[in-house]
Amino acid sequence: MTVTVLLFAAYADALGPTVELDLAADSTVADVVRGLADLPAGRALPPRPLVAVNQSYAPYEHPVRAGDEIAVIPPVAGG
Amino acid sequence: MRTAVVERALDPAALLAEVSRPANGAALLFVGTVREVNDGRAVSGIDYAAYAAMAARELEAIAAEATERFATPDVVVEHRLGTLGLGEASVAIAVAHPHRGAAYDASRFVIEELKRRVPIWKREHYADGTREWVDPTAARTAAGGESRP
Repeated sequence: MTVTVLLFAAYADALGPTVELDLAADSTVADVVRGLADLPAGRALPPRPLVAVNQSYAPYEHPVRAGDEIAVIPPVAGG
Repeated sequence: MRTAVVERALDPAALLAEVSRPANGAALLFVGTVREVNDGRAVSGIDYAAYAAMAARELEAIAAEATERFATPDVVVEHRLGTLGLGEASVAIAVAHPHRGAAYDASRFVIEELKRRVPIWKREHYADGTREWVDPTAARTAAGGESRP
């Protein structure tokens, strides 16, 4: 399946605001992070960035499905 | 309770008025503003960017948690996005409660959770013309800490 990953701030500067990944059907958040790390600019990401699935923070074992809104969240700096 | 992520100047006094009721003996207003120095570098402005949909959701969740935890419905929070100059307000939190202790605790809770969880980022503009995204976890991560909320 193909999933679209949203990126922000420093991560978007390195990889672009969205990245499409081709993943196996039973993939998890960990597979998304691995797929991003394997990209040419993937070294811009830390080893374990925060990930949100459908606008909620998700653990690495969380499954991802086609159509999910997946986002990699840089260290937040609001306020 | 009300929260918003906006792209216009904040009006903190209006937020304070919004939470003020005769039932409340204490009303508090916290205003976060753009500071002229960060980490020893002269700052001339800040761009605030967000994962807008999730930021709105997290901010609302935090305010809802505050109303439950501190037993007051009077929590109003606004965060601004876009380019802000020195001294401009980036966040305003108004809390009111029958008693001051809970009002202070609720206000502190909201700003600390906001800084921990809400997907908003800032890119500082420095006096030397450069711009950088701020990573508040850089020191902790370098020391082996976890960045997970």
